[in-house]
Amino acid sequence: MKILLTVQDNSIAPRFDQATEIMIAEHDGPRLNAEPRTIILPHRSAEELSDLIVKEGVECVICGGIEESFHKFFTWKKITVIDGVIGDHAEALDRCLAGELQPGTVLPSAQGKG
Amino acid sequence: MTAEFPSPFPGLALVALLDAIPHGVAVVDRECKIVAINQTLEALTGVTLAEVRGVYVDFVLRSNIARRGRTFREALAGDPLTVEGDIVSRDRRKIPMRFTISPLQGSADEPAGLVIVLDDLSDVVNSAGLGATEDVADSIIGQSPKMREVFELIPLMAHTEASVLITGETGTGKDKVAEAIHKRSSRAAKPFIKINCGALPESLLESELFGYVKGAFTGAVKDKPGMFRLAQGGTLFLTEIGDMPLPLQVKLLSVLDDREFFPLGGEKKVQVDVRIIAATHRPLKERVAEGLFREDLYYRLNVLHLHLPPLRERETDTRFLINHFLRTFAERTGSSVKSFSDEALRLLMDYAFPGNIRELRNIVEYCVNICQTRQIEAGDLPKYLFARLAPTAAAPVAEPVPPEQAPPPPRETGRDWLSIEKELIVGTLTQTRGNRSKAAALLGWGRTTLWRKLKTHGLVGPAEAGIENEAG
Repeated sequence: MKILLTVQDNSIAPRFDQATEIMIAEHDGPRLNAEPRTIILPHRSAEELSDLIVKEGVECVICGGIEESFHKFFTWKKITVIDGVIGDHAEALDRCLAGELQPGTVLPSAQGKG
Repeated sequence: MTAEFPSPFPGLALVALLDAIPHGVAVVDRECKIVAINQTLEALTGVTLAEVRGVYVDFVLRSNIARRGRTFREALAGDPLTVEGDIVSRDRRKIPMRFTISPLQGSADEPAGLVIVLDDLSDVVNSAGLGATEDVADSIIGQSPKMREVFELIPLMAHTEASVLITGETGTGKDKVAEAIHKRSSRAAKPFIKINCGALPESLLESELFGYVKGAFTGAVKDKPGMFRLAQGGTLFLTEIGDMPLPLQVKLLSVLDDREFFPLGGEKKVQVDVRIIAATHRPLKERVAEGLFREDLYYRLNVLHLHLPPLRERETDTRFLINHFLRTFAERTGSSVKSFSDEALRLLMDYAFPGNIRELRNIVEYCVNICQTRQIEAGDLPKYLFARLAPTAAAPVAEPVPPEQAPPPPRETGRDWLSIEKELIVGTLTQTRGNRSKAAALLGWGRTTLWRKLKTHGLVGPAEAGIENEAG
Protein backbone atom coordinates (compact mmCIF):
# COMPACT_ATOMS: atom_id res chain seq x y z
CA MET A 1 0.00 0.00 0.00
CA LYS A 2 1.35 3.41 -0.97
CA ILE A 3 0.62 6.82 0.53
CA LEU A 4 1.72 9.96 -1.27
CA LEU A 5 2.13 13.27 0.53
CA THR A 6 2.72 16.60 -1.19
CA VAL A 7 5.31 18.34 0.95
CA GLN A 8 6.91 21.74 1.46
CA ASP A 9 9.86 21.69 3.84
CA ASN A 10 8.56 19.77 6.87
CA SER A 11 4.91 20.46 6.17
CA ILE A 12 2.14 19.29 3.89
CA ALA A 13 2.31 21.60 0.85
CA PRO A 14 -0.51 24.15 0.92
CA ARG A 15 -1.62 23.31 -2.61
CA PHE A 16 -1.59 20.15 -4.69
CA ASP A 17 -0.98 21.97 -7.98
CA GLN A 18 1.86 24.05 -6.55
CA ALA A 19 3.76 21.16 -5.00
CA THR A 20 7.32 20.58 -6.17
CA GLU A 21 8.16 17.85 -3.71
CA ILE A 22 6.40 14.65 -2.80
CA MET A 23 6.96 11.84 -0.38
CA ILE A 24 5.91 8.25 -0.99
CA ALA A 25 5.51 5.92 1.96
CA GLU A 26 4.91 2.21 1.54
CA HIS A 27 3.22 0.50 4.43
CA ASP A 28 1.63 -2.70 5.52
CA GLY A 29 -1.17 -1.86 7.92
CA PRO A 30 0.00 0.65 10.49
CA ARG A 31 3.71 -0.07 9.90
CA LEU A 32 5.96 1.48 7.25
CA ASN A 33 7.87 -1.00 5.11
CA ALA A 34 10.79 1.38 4.70
CA GLU A 35 11.81 5.00 5.10
CA PRO A 36 9.53 7.14 2.89
CA ARG A 37 11.25 8.27 -0.29
CA THR A 38 11.19 11.87 -1.42
CA ILE A 39 10.90 12.90 -5.05
CA ILE A 40 11.64 16.43 -6.29
CA LEU A 41 9.34 17.25 -9.20
CA PRO A 42 10.82 19.01 -12.24
CA HIS A 43 8.09 21.66 -12.16
CA ARG A 44 4.66 22.43 -10.77
CA SER A 45 1.98 20.50 -12.64
CA ALA A 46 -1.12 18.97 -11.15
CA GLU A 47 -1.65 16.94 -14.33
CA GLU A 48 1.82 15.39 -14.29
CA LEU A 49 1.56 14.76 -10.58
CA SER A 50 -1.79 13.02 -11.15
CA ASP A 51 -0.17 10.87 -13.81
CA LEU A 52 2.62 9.94 -11.45
CA ILE A 53 0.16 9.05 -8.70
CA VAL A 54 -1.74 6.70 -11.01
CA LYS A 55 1.42 5.15 -12.44
CA GLU A 56 2.94 4.62 -8.99
CA GLY A 57 -0.17 2.78 -7.88
CA VAL A 58 -0.71 5.14 -4.95
CA GLU A 59 -3.79 4.35 -2.89
CA CYS A 60 -3.95 7.41 -0.66
CA VAL A 61 -2.98 11.04 -1.27
CA ILE A 62 -2.46 13.49 1.60
CA CYS A 63 -2.35 17.09 0.46
CA GLY A 64 -3.42 20.65 1.11
CA GLY A 65 -5.89 22.39 -1.16
CA ILE A 66 -6.81 20.47 -4.29
CA GLU A 67 -9.20 21.36 -7.10
CA GLU A 68 -12.44 19.44 -7.38
CA SER A 69 -11.61 18.03 -10.82
CA PHE A 70 -8.46 16.33 -9.52
CA HIS A 71 -10.27 15.16 -6.40
CA LYS A 72 -12.95 13.59 -8.59
CA PHE A 73 -10.35 12.06 -10.85
CA PHE A 74 -8.69 10.32 -7.91
CA THR A 75 -12.01 9.22 -6.48
CA TRP A 76 -12.84 7.81 -9.88
CA LYS A 77 -9.53 5.96 -9.90
CA LYS A 78 -10.40 4.65 -6.41
CA ILE A 79 -7.60 6.63 -4.78
CA THR A 80 -8.42 8.09 -1.36
CA VAL A 81 -7.72 11.80 -1.02
CA ILE A 82 -7.24 13.38 2.41
CA ASP A 83 -7.08 17.04 1.46
CA GLY A 84 -7.02 20.36 3.27
CA VAL A 85 -4.47 19.04 5.75
CA ILE A 86 -2.33 21.66 7.51
CA GLY A 87 0.69 20.66 9.56
CA ASP A 88 3.83 18.57 9.74
CA HIS A 89 4.02 15.81 7.12
CA ALA A 90 5.45 13.27 9.56
CA GLU A 91 2.54 13.86 11.92
CA ALA A 92 0.09 13.61 9.04
CA LEU A 93 1.59 10.29 7.96
CA ASP A 94 1.50 8.90 11.50
CA ARG A 95 -2.13 9.86 11.87
CA CYS A 96 -2.99 8.42 8.46
CA LEU A 97 -1.34 5.11 9.33
CA ALA A 98 -3.35 5.07 12.56
CA GLY A 99 -6.51 5.73 10.53
CA GLU A 100 -7.07 9.04 12.30
CA LEU A 101 -6.47 11.60 9.58
CA GLN A 102 -9.51 13.38 8.16
CA PRO A 103 -9.80 15.90 5.32
CA GLY A 104 -9.47 19.49 6.59
CA THR A 105 -7.46 18.54 9.66
CA VAL A 106 -5.29 21.29 11.16
CA LEU A 107 -2.66 19.32 13.03
CA PRO A 108 -1.27 20.59 16.36
CA SER A 109 2.17 20.84 14.75
CA ALA A 110 0.87 23.62 12.46
CA GLN A 111 0.46 25.87 15.48
CA GLY A 112 3.79 24.78 16.96
CA LYS A 113 2.08 22.51 19.46
CA GLY A 114 3.14 19.21 17.98
CA MET B 1 4.80 34.02 19.90
CA THR B 2 2.29 35.86 17.83
CA ALA B 3 2.16 39.61 18.24
CA GLU B 4 -0.82 41.24 19.92
CA PHE B 5 -2.86 43.70 17.89
CA PRO B 6 -4.99 45.81 20.23
CA SER B 7 -8.27 46.98 18.79
CA PRO B 8 -8.42 50.70 18.07
CA PHE B 9 -11.90 50.73 19.59
CA PRO B 10 -12.00 49.76 23.28
CA GLY B 11 -14.47 46.98 23.88
CA LEU B 12 -14.59 46.01 20.23
CA ALA B 13 -12.44 43.05 19.26
CA LEU B 14 -10.20 43.26 16.20
CA VAL B 15 -11.98 40.28 14.67
CA ALA B 16 -15.34 42.02 14.98
CA LEU B 17 -13.90 44.90 12.97
CA LEU B 18 -12.57 42.55 10.34
CA ASP B 19 -15.92 40.74 10.08
CA ALA B 20 -17.50 44.00 8.94
CA ILE B 21 -15.33 43.98 5.79
CA PRO B 22 -16.99 42.17 2.86
CA HIS B 23 -13.71 40.60 1.70
CA GLY B 24 -11.50 37.89 3.08
CA VAL B 25 -9.05 39.51 5.47
CA ALA B 26 -6.09 38.05 7.33
CA VAL B 27 -3.87 39.82 9.83
CA VAL B 28 -0.46 38.23 10.36
CA ASP B 29 2.47 39.00 12.63
CA ARG B 30 6.06 39.64 11.61
CA GLU B 31 6.65 35.92 11.22
CA CYS B 32 3.74 35.75 8.79
CA LYS B 33 1.70 33.70 11.25
CA ILE B 34 -2.03 34.22 11.54
CA VAL B 35 -3.21 36.64 14.21
CA ALA B 36 -6.77 37.06 12.97
CA ILE B 37 -8.94 36.13 10.02
CA ASN B 38 -12.46 37.33 9.41
CA GLN B 39 -15.59 35.26 8.79
CA THR B 40 -15.41 35.70 5.02
CA LEU B 41 -11.95 34.16 4.95
CA GLU B 42 -13.07 31.41 7.32
CA ALA B 43 -15.84 30.56 4.90
CA LEU B 44 -13.47 30.59 1.94
CA THR B 45 -10.76 28.47 3.53
CA GLY B 46 -12.93 26.21 5.66
CA VAL B 47 -10.85 26.77 8.80
CA THR B 48 -11.66 28.72 11.96
CA LEU B 49 -9.48 31.34 13.56
CA ALA B 50 -9.11 29.17 16.67
CA GLU B 51 -7.70 26.35 14.52
CA VAL B 52 -5.19 28.43 12.59
CA ARG B 53 -4.06 31.13 14.99
CA GLY B 54 -0.26 30.98 14.85
CA VAL B 55 -0.17 29.00 11.58
CA TYR B 56 1.92 30.32 8.67
CA VAL B 57 -0.41 32.26 6.39
CA ASP B 58 0.67 30.31 3.25
CA PHE B 59 -0.88 27.15 4.60
CA VAL B 60 -4.18 28.84 5.37
CA LEU B 61 -4.67 30.86 2.20
CA ARG B 62 -3.62 28.08 -0.23
CA SER B 63 -2.73 30.70 -2.80
CA ASN B 64 -0.39 30.53 -5.76
CA ILE B 65 1.28 33.85 -4.91
CA ALA B 66 3.10 32.94 -1.73
CA ARG B 67 6.37 31.65 -3.25
CA ARG B 68 7.07 29.84 0.02
CA GLY B 69 6.31 33.00 1.98
CA ARG B 70 8.68 35.28 0.05
CA THR B 71 5.84 37.51 -1.18
CA PHE B 72 4.72 38.24 2.38
CA ARG B 73 8.24 38.78 3.67
CA GLU B 74 8.89 41.24 0.84
CA ALA B 75 5.74 43.13 1.81
CA LEU B 76 6.99 43.31 5.38
CA ALA B 77 10.20 44.86 4.18
CA GLY B 78 8.70 47.34 1.76
CA ASP B 79 5.60 49.13 0.60
CA PRO B 80 2.07 47.78 0.22
CA LEU B 81 1.71 45.54 -2.76
CA THR B 82 -1.12 44.21 -4.88
CA VAL B 83 -0.79 40.81 -6.54
CA GLU B 84 -3.26 38.86 -8.63
CA GLY B 85 -3.44 35.10 -8.25
CA ASP B 86 -5.83 32.49 -6.99
CA ILE B 87 -6.71 30.36 -3.99
CA VAL B 88 -8.21 26.90 -3.62
CA SER B 89 -11.29 27.23 -1.47
CA ARG B 90 -12.76 24.78 1.04
CA ASP B 91 -15.13 23.49 -1.66
CA ARG B 92 -12.12 22.82 -3.89
CA ARG B 93 -12.74 25.68 -6.31
CA LYS B 94 -9.88 27.68 -7.73
CA ILE B 95 -10.95 31.28 -7.21
CA PRO B 96 -9.11 34.16 -8.88
CA MET B 97 -8.18 36.77 -6.30
CA ARG B 98 -6.53 40.14 -5.96
CA PHE B 99 -4.34 40.18 -2.85
CA THR B 100 -3.66 43.56 -1.31
CA ILE B 101 -0.88 43.15 1.22
CA SER B 102 -0.17 46.12 3.48
CA PRO B 103 2.36 46.40 6.31
CA LEU B 104 0.95 47.34 9.71
CA GLN B 105 3.13 49.91 11.37
CA GLY B 106 3.85 49.15 15.00
CA SER B 107 5.10 51.52 17.63
CA ALA B 108 8.69 51.12 16.45
CA ASP B 109 9.82 51.84 12.90
CA GLU B 110 9.48 48.21 11.93
CA PRO B 111 6.11 46.90 10.79
CA ALA B 112 4.33 44.76 13.36
CA GLY B 113 2.79 42.56 10.73
CA LEU B 114 0.64 42.56 7.61
CA VAL B 115 -2.97 42.88 6.70
CA ILE B 116 -3.92 40.83 3.64
CA VAL B 117 -7.18 41.58 1.85
CA LEU B 118 -8.53 39.12 -0.71
CA ASP B 119 -10.72 40.54 -3.43
CA ASP B 120 -12.68 37.89 -5.42
CA LEU B 121 -12.12 38.42 -9.18
CA SER B 122 -14.38 35.60 -10.38
CA ASP B 123 -16.90 37.93 -12.00
CA VAL B 124 -14.21 39.92 -13.80
CA VAL B 125 -12.45 36.84 -15.10
CA ASN B 126 -15.65 35.08 -16.18
CA SER B 127 -17.05 38.11 -17.98
CA ALA B 128 -13.77 38.44 -19.85
CA GLY B 129 -14.13 34.83 -21.01
CA LEU B 130 -10.98 33.82 -19.21
CA GLY B 131 -12.51 30.97 -17.26
CA ALA B 132 -10.16 28.08 -16.87
CA THR B 133 -12.58 25.61 -18.39
CA GLU B 134 -14.08 27.76 -21.11
CA ASP B 135 -12.63 25.71 -23.95
CA VAL B 136 -13.13 22.32 -22.35
CA ALA B 137 -16.48 21.76 -23.89
CA ASP B 138 -15.52 22.81 -27.40
CA SER B 139 -18.70 21.95 -29.23
CA ILE B 140 -19.99 19.55 -26.59
CA ILE B 141 -23.08 20.93 -24.95
CA GLY B 142 -24.50 20.04 -21.58
CA GLN B 143 -25.20 21.43 -18.16
CA SER B 144 -26.45 18.34 -16.35
CA PRO B 145 -24.40 17.02 -13.41
CA LYS B 146 -23.40 13.91 -15.36
CA MET B 147 -22.06 15.99 -18.25
CA ARG B 148 -20.28 18.33 -15.86
CA GLU B 149 -18.39 15.30 -14.59
CA VAL B 150 -17.44 14.44 -18.17
CA PHE B 151 -16.24 18.01 -18.78
CA GLU B 152 -14.09 17.84 -15.69
CA LEU B 153 -12.51 14.57 -16.76
CA ILE B 154 -11.68 15.66 -20.32
CA PRO B 155 -8.73 17.93 -19.38
CA LEU B 156 -7.41 15.31 -16.99
CA MET B 157 -7.50 12.64 -19.66
CA ALA B 158 -5.90 15.07 -22.09
CA HIS B 159 -2.88 15.44 -19.86
CA THR B 160 -1.94 11.79 -19.77
CA GLU B 161 -0.62 9.52 -22.49
CA ALA B 162 -2.68 6.54 -21.42
CA SER B 163 -5.23 4.91 -23.72
CA VAL B 164 -8.80 6.04 -23.25
CA LEU B 165 -11.92 3.94 -23.74
CA ILE B 166 -15.08 5.95 -24.32
CA THR B 167 -18.34 4.09 -23.96
CA GLY B 168 -21.88 5.23 -24.42
CA GLU B 169 -24.94 4.59 -26.50
CA THR B 170 -25.07 5.61 -30.13
CA GLY B 171 -25.38 9.34 -30.62
CA THR B 172 -24.05 10.37 -27.21
CA GLY B 173 -21.08 12.29 -28.60
CA LYS B 174 -18.19 9.84 -28.26
CA ASP B 175 -16.46 11.27 -31.33
CA LYS B 176 -16.67 14.81 -30.06
CA VAL B 177 -15.30 13.87 -26.67
CA ALA B 178 -12.39 12.00 -28.30
CA GLU B 179 -11.59 15.06 -30.37
CA ALA B 180 -11.86 17.33 -27.33
CA ILE B 181 -9.36 15.14 -25.46
CA HIS B 182 -6.98 15.32 -28.42
CA LYS B 183 -7.35 19.09 -28.77
CA ARG B 184 -6.56 19.65 -25.13
CA SER B 185 -3.55 17.32 -25.17
CA SER B 186 0.08 18.05 -25.97
CA ARG B 187 -0.57 16.23 -29.26
CA ALA B 188 -3.08 18.86 -30.40
CA ALA B 189 -0.80 20.19 -33.13
CA LYS B 190 -0.41 16.68 -34.57
CA PRO B 191 -3.03 14.70 -36.51
CA PHE B 192 -6.25 13.36 -35.05
CA ILE B 193 -7.23 10.43 -37.23
CA LYS B 194 -10.49 8.60 -36.90
CA ILE B 195 -11.21 5.16 -38.27
CA ASN B 196 -14.43 3.21 -37.95
CA CYS B 197 -13.53 -0.38 -37.13
CA GLY B 198 -17.06 -1.57 -37.83
CA ALA B 199 -17.38 -0.04 -41.29
CA LEU B 200 -14.68 -1.95 -43.15
CA PRO B 201 -14.12 -5.64 -43.85
CA GLU B 202 -11.20 -7.21 -42.02
CA SER B 203 -8.63 -7.18 -44.82
CA LEU B 204 -9.41 -3.59 -45.78
CA LEU B 205 -9.35 -2.44 -42.17
CA GLU B 206 -5.94 -4.03 -41.70
CA SER B 207 -4.49 -2.26 -44.72
CA GLU B 208 -6.13 1.01 -43.67
CA LEU B 209 -4.68 0.78 -40.17
CA PHE B 210 -1.23 -0.59 -40.84
CA GLY B 211 -0.67 0.27 -44.48
CA TYR B 212 1.05 -1.93 -47.04
CA VAL B 213 4.06 -1.99 -49.26
CA LYS B 214 4.06 -2.04 -53.03
CA GLY B 215 3.38 -5.52 -54.35
CA ALA B 216 1.94 -6.84 -51.07
CA PHE B 217 -1.13 -8.00 -52.96
CA THR B 218 -2.77 -7.57 -56.32
CA GLY B 219 -3.54 -3.91 -56.77
CA ALA B 220 -0.93 -2.71 -54.27
CA VAL B 221 0.85 -0.65 -56.89
CA LYS B 222 2.50 1.69 -54.42
CA ASP B 223 3.27 1.94 -50.72
CA LYS B 224 0.41 3.04 -48.49
CA PRO B 225 1.35 4.46 -45.10
CA GLY B 226 -1.78 3.45 -43.10
CA MET B 227 -3.56 5.33 -40.35
CA PHE B 228 -1.04 4.52 -37.64
CA ARG B 229 1.73 6.21 -39.57
CA LEU B 230 -0.49 9.10 -40.63
CA ALA B 231 -1.31 9.74 -36.99
CA GLN B 232 2.38 9.81 -36.02
CA GLY B 233 2.81 12.05 -32.97
CA GLY B 234 -0.94 12.50 -32.71
CA THR B 235 -4.00 10.52 -31.76
CA LEU B 236 -5.66 7.58 -33.48
CA PHE B 237 -9.34 7.35 -32.70
CA LEU B 238 -10.70 3.84 -33.20
CA THR B 239 -14.45 4.09 -33.15
CA GLU B 240 -16.69 1.02 -32.93
CA ILE B 241 -13.72 -0.89 -31.52
CA GLY B 242 -16.17 -3.55 -30.31
CA ASP B 243 -16.73 -4.53 -33.93
CA MET B 244 -13.06 -5.05 -34.74
CA PRO B 245 -12.42 -8.59 -36.03
CA LEU B 246 -10.53 -10.83 -33.58
CA PRO B 247 -7.40 -11.39 -35.74
CA LEU B 248 -6.92 -7.64 -36.03
CA GLN B 249 -7.36 -7.24 -32.29
CA VAL B 250 -4.20 -9.32 -31.82
CA LYS B 251 -2.24 -7.07 -34.13
CA LEU B 252 -3.58 -3.93 -32.47
CA LEU B 253 -2.61 -5.23 -29.04
CA SER B 254 0.87 -5.94 -30.31
CA VAL B 255 1.21 -2.38 -31.65
CA LEU B 256 -0.04 -0.92 -28.38
CA ASP B 257 2.52 -2.92 -26.45
CA ASP B 258 5.52 -2.57 -28.74
CA ARG B 259 4.72 0.68 -30.54
CA GLU B 260 5.90 -0.92 -33.77
CA PHE B 261 4.48 -3.15 -36.49
CA PHE B 262 5.06 -4.63 -39.91
CA PRO B 263 2.97 -3.09 -42.71
CA LEU B 264 1.24 -5.66 -44.92
CA GLY B 265 3.86 -7.36 -47.03
CA GLY B 266 6.61 -5.34 -45.39
CA GLU B 267 9.87 -6.70 -44.03
CA LYS B 268 10.83 -3.63 -42.04
CA LYS B 269 9.22 -2.71 -38.76
CA VAL B 270 7.68 0.72 -38.51
CA GLN B 271 7.89 2.53 -35.20
CA VAL B 272 5.04 4.79 -34.21
CA ASP B 273 4.26 7.24 -31.43
CA VAL B 274 0.48 7.35 -31.41
CA ARG B 275 -1.99 7.75 -28.60
CA ILE B 276 -5.05 5.52 -28.86
CA ILE B 277 -8.55 6.59 -28.00
CA ALA B 278 -11.16 3.89 -28.61
CA ALA B 279 -14.91 4.10 -28.46
CA THR B 280 -17.77 1.69 -28.64
CA HIS B 281 -21.48 1.53 -27.99
CA ARG B 282 -21.23 -2.19 -27.30
CA PRO B 283 -20.81 -3.66 -23.82
CA LEU B 284 -17.19 -4.72 -24.20
CA LYS B 285 -17.10 -6.78 -21.03
CA GLU B 286 -19.97 -8.92 -22.32
CA ARG B 287 -18.22 -9.30 -25.65
CA VAL B 288 -15.12 -10.44 -23.78
CA ALA B 289 -17.24 -13.04 -21.98
CA GLU B 290 -18.71 -14.15 -25.30
CA GLY B 291 -15.24 -14.54 -26.78
CA LEU B 292 -15.82 -11.79 -29.33
CA PHE B 293 -13.32 -9.36 -27.85
CA ARG B 294 -9.89 -10.12 -26.47
CA GLU B 295 -9.65 -9.64 -22.74
CA ASP B 296 -6.03 -8.45 -22.87
CA LEU B 297 -6.91 -5.79 -25.43
CA TYR B 298 -9.87 -4.73 -23.33
CA TYR B 299 -7.64 -4.09 -20.33
CA ARG B 300 -5.01 -2.44 -22.52
CA LEU B 301 -7.56 0.05 -23.90
CA ASN B 302 -9.46 0.51 -20.67
CA VAL B 303 -6.67 2.33 -18.82
CA LEU B 304 -8.89 5.39 -18.60
CA HIS B 305 -12.59 4.87 -19.05
CA LEU B 306 -15.10 7.57 -19.79
CA HIS B 307 -18.79 6.74 -20.00
CA LEU B 308 -21.10 9.20 -21.73
CA PRO B 309 -24.62 9.23 -20.31
CA PRO B 310 -27.57 8.75 -22.66
CA LEU B 311 -29.79 11.78 -23.22
CA ARG B 312 -32.58 10.30 -21.07
CA GLU B 313 -30.24 10.57 -18.08
CA ARG B 314 -29.44 14.20 -18.91
CA GLU B 315 -32.90 15.62 -18.31
CA THR B 316 -31.85 19.21 -17.89
CA ASP B 317 -29.90 19.09 -21.14
CA THR B 318 -32.74 18.04 -23.46
CA ARG B 319 -34.48 21.42 -23.43
CA PHE B 320 -31.16 23.18 -23.73
CA LEU B 321 -30.12 21.07 -26.73
CA ILE B 322 -33.49 21.52 -28.43
CA ASN B 323 -33.11 25.30 -28.26
CA HIS B 324 -29.49 25.12 -29.35
CA PHE B 325 -30.22 23.03 -32.45
CA LEU B 326 -33.28 25.13 -33.25
CA ARG B 327 -31.17 28.29 -33.32
CA THR B 328 -28.42 26.56 -35.30
CA PHE B 329 -30.66 25.14 -38.03
CA ALA B 330 -32.85 28.23 -38.24
CA GLU B 331 -29.74 30.35 -38.84
CA ARG B 332 -28.25 27.87 -41.28
CA THR B 333 -31.39 27.54 -43.39
CA GLY B 334 -32.49 31.16 -43.03
CA SER B 335 -35.77 29.90 -41.60
CA SER B 336 -38.02 32.17 -39.57
CA VAL B 337 -38.82 29.38 -37.10
CA LYS B 338 -38.35 30.77 -33.62
CA SER B 339 -39.72 28.25 -31.15
CA PHE B 340 -41.56 25.03 -30.40
CA SER B 341 -45.17 25.18 -29.23
CA ASP B 342 -45.81 23.95 -25.69
CA GLU B 343 -47.46 20.82 -27.07
CA ALA B 344 -44.58 19.99 -29.42
CA LEU B 345 -42.10 20.63 -26.66
CA ARG B 346 -44.00 18.39 -24.27
CA LEU B 347 -44.02 15.58 -26.81
CA LEU B 348 -40.29 15.95 -27.34
CA MET B 349 -39.58 16.02 -23.63
CA ASP B 350 -41.62 12.82 -23.19
CA TYR B 351 -39.72 11.04 -25.93
CA ALA B 352 -36.92 8.66 -24.91
CA PHE B 353 -34.50 9.50 -27.77
CA PRO B 354 -32.97 6.06 -28.26
CA GLY B 355 -30.69 7.66 -30.86
CA ASN B 356 -29.68 10.27 -28.27
CA ILE B 357 -28.31 13.65 -29.37
CA ARG B 358 -27.93 12.59 -32.98
CA GLU B 359 -31.63 11.74 -33.11
CA LEU B 360 -32.63 14.91 -31.30
CA ARG B 361 -30.54 16.95 -33.71
CA ASN B 362 -32.11 15.23 -36.72
CA ILE B 363 -35.62 15.74 -35.35
CA VAL B 364 -35.02 19.45 -34.84
CA GLU B 365 -33.48 19.75 -38.32
CA TYR B 366 -36.49 17.95 -39.78
CA CYS B 367 -38.89 20.27 -37.94
CA VAL B 368 -37.06 23.43 -39.03
CA ASN B 369 -37.27 22.27 -42.65
CA ILE B 370 -40.89 21.13 -42.47
CA CYS B 371 -42.37 23.98 -40.43
CA GLN B 372 -43.88 26.78 -42.50
CA THR B 373 -44.67 29.11 -39.62
CA ARG B 374 -42.68 30.78 -36.85
CA GLN B 375 -43.62 28.13 -34.30
CA ILE B 376 -43.12 24.37 -34.63
CA GLU B 377 -46.38 22.60 -33.77
CA ALA B 378 -46.94 18.97 -32.76
CA GLY B 379 -48.00 18.25 -36.36
CA ASP B 380 -44.56 19.31 -37.60
CA LEU B 381 -42.83 16.58 -35.61
CA PRO B 382 -41.82 13.38 -37.41
CA LYS B 383 -44.68 10.90 -37.35
CA TYR B 384 -42.57 8.06 -36.02
CA LEU B 385 -42.39 9.90 -32.71
CA PHE B 386 -46.11 9.43 -32.26
CA ALA B 387 -45.85 5.74 -33.07
CA ARG B 388 -43.23 5.28 -30.38
CA LEU B 389 -45.03 7.40 -27.85
CA ALA B 390 -48.39 5.74 -28.37
CA PRO B 391 -47.98 2.61 -26.19
CA THR B 392 -46.95 4.58 -23.10
CA ALA B 393 -48.65 7.93 -23.43
CA ALA B 394 -52.21 8.22 -22.23
CA ALA B 395 -52.91 11.61 -23.71
CA PRO B 396 -54.84 11.55 -26.94
CA VAL B 397 -52.26 13.75 -28.62
CA ALA B 398 -49.75 10.93 -28.30
CA GLU B 399 -51.87 8.67 -30.52
CA PRO B 400 -50.63 8.23 -34.05
CA VAL B 401 -52.21 10.90 -36.17
CA PRO B 402 -53.31 9.45 -39.50
CA PRO B 403 -52.67 12.13 -42.10
CA GLU B 404 -56.07 11.40 -43.67
CA GLN B 405 -57.84 12.34 -40.44
CA ALA B 406 -55.89 15.34 -39.43
CA PRO B 407 -54.26 17.02 -42.37
CA PRO B 408 -52.99 20.48 -41.56
CA PRO B 409 -55.11 23.13 -43.26
CA PRO B 410 -53.44 23.76 -46.63
CA ARG B 411 -54.13 27.50 -46.57
CA GLU B 412 -52.20 27.82 -43.31
CA THR B 413 -49.23 25.66 -44.07
CA GLY B 414 -49.18 25.38 -47.82
CA ARG B 415 -48.87 21.60 -47.53
CA ASP B 416 -50.73 19.13 -49.69
CA TRP B 417 -51.20 15.37 -49.59
CA LEU B 418 -48.01 14.73 -51.54
CA SER B 419 -45.89 16.61 -49.01
CA ILE B 420 -47.60 14.80 -46.15
CA GLU B 421 -47.04 11.45 -47.85
CA LYS B 422 -43.39 12.30 -48.38
CA GLU B 423 -43.07 13.24 -44.74
CA LEU B 424 -44.74 9.97 -43.74
CA ILE B 425 -42.34 7.93 -45.88
CA VAL B 426 -39.28 9.77 -44.56
CA GLY B 427 -40.50 9.36 -40.99
CA THR B 428 -41.14 5.65 -41.41
CA LEU B 429 -37.80 5.05 -43.11
CA THR B 430 -36.07 6.89 -40.28
CA GLN B 431 -37.89 4.65 -37.85
CA THR B 432 -36.75 1.52 -39.68
CA ARG B 433 -33.27 2.97 -40.10
CA GLY B 434 -33.56 2.89 -43.88
CA ASN B 435 -34.89 -0.66 -44.15
CA ARG B 436 -37.39 -0.39 -47.02
CA SER B 437 -38.99 -3.82 -46.51
CA LYS B 438 -39.82 -2.98 -42.91
CA ALA B 439 -40.96 0.52 -43.87
CA ALA B 440 -43.27 -0.88 -46.56
CA ALA B 441 -44.74 -3.35 -44.06
CA LEU B 442 -45.32 -0.58 -41.52
CA LEU B 443 -47.01 1.58 -44.13
CA GLY B 444 -49.15 -1.31 -45.32
CA TRP B 445 -47.79 -1.11 -48.86
CA GLY B 446 -45.99 -3.60 -51.03
CA ARG B 447 -42.27 -3.04 -51.46
CA THR B 448 -42.81 -2.08 -55.11
CA THR B 449 -45.42 0.50 -54.15
CA LEU B 450 -42.99 2.04 -51.67
CA TRP B 451 -40.28 2.07 -54.33
CA ARG B 452 -42.59 3.81 -56.80
CA LYS B 453 -43.53 6.42 -54.23
CA LEU B 454 -39.89 6.95 -53.30
CA LYS B 455 -39.17 7.70 -56.95
CA THR B 456 -42.20 9.98 -57.20
CA HIS B 457 -40.93 12.01 -54.26
CA GLY B 458 -37.37 12.05 -55.49
CA LEU B 459 -36.17 10.04 -52.54
CA VAL B 460 -33.87 7.75 -54.53
CA GLY B 461 -30.58 8.72 -56.04
CA PRO B 462 -30.36 8.97 -59.87
CA ALA B 463 -27.92 6.05 -60.07
CA GLU B 464 -30.19 3.83 -58.03
CA ALA B 465 -33.20 4.85 -60.05
CA GLY B 466 -31.29 4.10 -63.25
CA ILE B 467 -30.39 0.60 -62.08
CA GLU B 468 -33.99 -0.06 -61.24
CA ASN B 469 -35.14 1.22 -64.62
CA GLU B 470 -32.69 -1.04 -66.42
CA ALA B 471 -33.70 -3.98 -64.25
CA GLY B 472 -37.34 -3.27 -64.65
